[in-house]
Amino acid sequence: MANDDNGGKDLTAADAHGARPSEASAGTAVVTRDAIGNPGFPPHRARMTDSDPTAERKAERSVYTLFYLSVVGSVWAIAAYIIFPIDAADPGSVRLNNLFIGLGLSLALLALGIGAVHWGKALMSDHEGIDIRHPVRGTEETRARAVEIFQEADQESGFGRRTLIRNSLIGALIAFPLPAVVLFRGLGPQDEDPVALLEHTMWKKGTRLAIDPSGRPIKASDVTLGSAFHVIPEGLQDLEHGKLEEKAKAAVLLMRLDPADLIEAPDRKGWSYDGIVAYSKICTHVGCPVALYEQQTHHLLCPCHQSQFDVTNHCEVIFGPAKRPLPQLPIAVDSEGYLIAQSDFTEPVGPSYWERH
Amino acid sequence: MPENRTPTAARGRKAGRRHPLASIALIAIGLLFTGGAYAAFSTSTASAETDMASQQTIEEGKKLFAANCATCHGMGAEGSEDGPSLIGVGAASVDFQVGTGRMPLQMQGPQAEQKPVQFTDEQTAALAAWVASLAPGPAIPEGELLDGEGDTANGAELFRINCAMCHNVAGAGGALTEGKFAPSLSGVSAKHIYEAMVTGPQNMPVFNDMNIKPEDKRDVITYLKYLDNNPSPGGIDLGSIGPVSEGLFLWIFGLGSIVALTVWITAKSN
Amino acid sequence: MSTSTTTSAPVAVTDKKEIEKSGGFTAAAANYLDERTSISAAVKELGRKIFPDHWSFLLGEVALYSFVIILISGTFLTFFFQASMAEVHYDGSYVPLKGVEMSVAMASTLDISFDVRGGLLMRQVHHWAALLFVAAIGLHMLRIFFTGAFRKPRELNWVIGFILFILAMAEGFTGYSLPDDLLSGNGLRIIDGMVKGMPVVGTWISFLLFGGEFPGNDIVGRLYSLHILLLPAIIVALIALHLLFVVVHKHTQYAGPGRTNQNAVGYPILPVYAAKAGGFFFIVFGVVMLIASLFTINPIWNYGPYDPSPVSAGTQPDWYIGFADGALRLIPPGLEFVWLDRTWSFNILIPLIVIGIFIVTVLIYPFIEAWITGDKREHHILDRPRNAATRTAIGAAGVTFYAGLWAAASSDIIATHFHLTMEGVIHTLQAITILGPFAAYFIAKRVCLALQKKDREIVLHGFESGRIVRLPGGEYIEVHQPIDEYERWRLVSYADFKPLMIRPDARGRITALQRLRSGLSRWFFEDRIIPVDQKEIDQAHGDHH
Repeated sequence: MANDDNGGKDLTAADAHGARPSEASAGTAVVTRDAIGNPGFPPHRARMTDSDPTAERKAERSVYTLFYLSVVGSVWAIAAYIIFPIDAADPGSVRLNNLFIGLGLSLALLALGIGAVHWGKALMSDHEGIDIRHPVRGTEETRARAVEIFQEADQESGFGRRTLIRNSLIGALIAFPLPAVVLFRGLGPQDEDPVALLEHTMWKKGTRLAIDPSGRPIKASDVTLGSAFHVIPEGLQDLEHGKLEEKAKAAVLLMRLDPADLIEAPDRKGWSYDGIVAYSKICTHVGCPVALYEQQTHHLLCPCHQSQFDVTNHCEVIFGPAKRPLPQLPIAVDSEGYLIAQSDFTEPVGPSYWERH
Repeated sequence: MPENRTPTAARGRKAGRRHPLASIALIAIGLLFTGGAYAAFSTSTASAETDMASQQTIEEGKKLFAANCATCHGMGAEGSEDGPSLIGVGAASVDFQVGTGRMPLQMQGPQAEQKPVQFTDEQTAALAAWVASLAPGPAIPEGELLDGEGDTANGAELFRINCAMCHNVAGAGGALTEGKFAPSLSGVSAKHIYEAMVTGPQNMPVFNDMNIKPEDKRDVITYLKYLDNNPSPGGIDLGSIGPVSEGLFLWIFGLGSIVALTVWITAKSN
Repeated sequence: MSTSTTTSAPVAVTDKKEIEKSGGFTAAAANYLDERTSISAAVKELGRKIFPDHWSFLLGEVALYSFVIILISGTFLTFFFQASMAEVHYDGSYVPLKGVEMSVAMASTLDISFDVRGGLLMRQVHHWAALLFVAAIGLHMLRIFFTGAFRKPRELNWVIGFILFILAMAEGFTGYSLPDDLLSGNGLRIIDGMVKGMPVVGTWISFLLFGGEFPGNDIVGRLYSLHILLLPAIIVALIALHLLFVVVHKHTQYAGPGRTNQNAVGYPILPVYAAKAGGFFFIVFGVVMLIASLFTINPIWNYGPYDPSPVSAGTQPDWYIGFADGALRLIPPGLEFVWLDRTWSFNILIPLIVIGIFIVTVLIYPFIEAWITGDKREHHILDRPRNAATRTAIGAAGVTFYAGLWAAASSDIIATHFHLTMEGVIHTLQAITILGPFAAYFIAKRVCLALQKKDREIVLHGFESGRIVRLPGGEYIEVHQPIDEYERWRLVSYADFKPLMIRPDARGRITALQRLRSGLSRWFFEDRIIPVDQKEIDQAHGDHH
């Protein structure tokens, strides 16, 4: 298989580009007239293992040692499985189980792989072979025969001639997948309108604000200056169905600021209580929980895409990709001193959607 | 590392050597002054085995304050343009800020960062006692609240809801706005974690006892101690900062080592 | 299909005859198989097929092998994983989640991690191999691009490969979402927000995808079907087609002495290539296994179950989705409007459109370049990146653009780890993503041209040997070491293109399309270094002697 000696005797630079120089357009490529010729294969260099029997024996030894090592690794992995069981009472046991089974298997795999490659590199013949390439396109006869077959098929079926049959077939093929589109409607509940669902949350007039996750209602006096409470509507934890869906819309962050720091638009004058404000926790960009409250700068930060909202100023966006301020939940205090919602949010919460206006 | 100390700090240390006092007694003093009004507010304080207040300790704290803190916080801790008022912040706040080396501030920056602690425990306690004597505020916690023997699962859930958004689910820390950041919580003492929750240092919100009850705070500490004491079951955790470190590791070391191996595989043998 | 010129072929045949005559078990088994499968034809055709050898030719194999590792470890995981979003109270070994309400999917993933011996190892193997799979495809694609291996006849294989890249990302994302943990749940929430931002259909697609309102009870099961059935089936089919094309086209090779566009020089499949490639599978598997046994990946036990209220600092997707997340972060503020009583979320649409254009451009790049050069020949000899300066520069620009978006996905981590402000990092990355590609283009192009000039110098005058010699006349010269003709061939054998001249067509008109093409051609080939020809060499040698 040593072919180095006969290669390259009639190779030229022009051959190096273009499968058959006469066939395909070279485009704007320049065919150099006086190009340097391909010198052909360089002389073959023998390896140590080819010339030195000691080196060859050494390589042989390395290869089978590696293969035996691989067996050792496999046995090790099996042994580790038995020696390092997982003990529920000992959190460290998982780590040992993972580590030792893994190391055994790594040794088995790496030794096997390195052994095989070393065998291929050092001991197997390193004489390169040559394959002759042919143009990818079929030969002229093949192509002619293929065309002929299509023509015969057309003749025999009348595909081109009987246009009514052909066109109705195409029509049928286009129509038959359409029912799938209808079937996919079933992915969502049939009797619900997503737009209507997005417009409302669980909050309504009189719903108490409760601590997430315990559901304990919050008194206004509990919320001291600088505090941030993660809030859910009271009753959310008792829902049988749709708990997460409701939470995904109703999550609120409750903060108390110095009333002097708070800028309040006239139409939202009564929405806060003594510096306590409640804002939707769901980012108006793509819906991550905006929960990083800085109590001195009064900035809210979304950890996903870094939108920042100014709590003192109606949670207007001060940085980042979000456009709309976080919706505010109007709050009040009931007769027992608990914080309650005055109503639902006055606009849909969370990311924008097409039908939102 | 003494060579890092500012001259003021060194002076403070000298003063401390002259007046060695038992820290337990000082905590008790802090508690006494915090007592009264705040106790009604907070159920977090440890049992108040109060000795009689040592006026001497408070005086000592006042001197330390005047020498090291008053430049920014004012002689009476009433605050100035450079530092907030400390009236009513409580002993817990002083113990946290000074005990973690955040105060005294080395230079103005986005936020006070943890540094080598500048004062001895006794000096910190004296400072705390003096600040606590000005007005009631959260006291330094102690006892079983800090023992890390609470309900890990409850603590983990509260941590995810109240803390993870800034500090990361594994307590590895995270970025805030304008160069501020929430620090890593690994290795932070139970006392400092507790104090941070009740006092809300810098931009951290306050988690008072109506928000997270003292026993819930104990659970949060229990979870953080669980993370400290149990290394990741999967092996080295790459900083626990999530997919970014995993991706970088895979590209640099994973694919890097495989590319190195491809070079070996295709190199001609000697 | 191929004609092997290896002289040892007849020897092999005699060997075979001898074996058949000898009538051992192997021969009998081979005979049994061949009489039922005609497998000898395949052995004859492929057994001695030649594969050129170069380290960069193994990158595609890394991707293939990672995929096999993913299939093996993934099958193991399916035996334990339950793709249900029904609520349960966790009752496994991991103390910090005991009694916590979570989906069955999350609980079963925790059971795999903490209650099945070797389960965590398989999870980590699966996830690390998935990261490696996409990374290897990416690196393989860069190799194909920068060496021009996508040129005729391989344009369609580039397209198939690129679709595989997209499918690999889809596989990754669907898999990342399955444990229903806090990190992936927030990832799905971001997808939900992006889908909702699409005009007209967004709200409904989200509603159907999640089977009602987000998060619903269906998404994990649906992603599971995609993750273990539909996507792998398509990937396996496309990989088969991809490899079939490699066999049909025969592998490309770098220019070298004796190598031409009509031959393929390298080692035969049996035995050398089989040993190396087979061994390499185990090496890749071993490296992944070693990483999985030493390094944690996706610690869902830290993230906890999905709950719409909490979120973790450093919420990021796996690396291959990073560019999309980065695009969402980099978009400047205020790009959302209400118009015609409908919401137009350009803060979501612009990233989607920009990424879409980028992906389509990469997908069809081979056709764009073929149209500009008008070159219809087959190319089996790879370009050295420097010899296709404009293509290399375009590639550098694309990589920079991608890297800018990618880095943006870790803007918060960059800010904390390098003590920078998050806002500063984002503004810098906005600038890098927009201006960086232009800078990278010009730098890469200049570097390529300079390297080509250096090659010319070496061909004409040899290497600088560093040896200074004083001539009898007192003149000092540095001795140049001439290069041998084999080395020289590597440097001079490349295709040279000249810009397209505008010529009127048959009706004497110049179309706008032709103007465009000639403009692009000028852009591509205006700056070029012509390869050295024989005359120049003779002249250079004449100067010296």
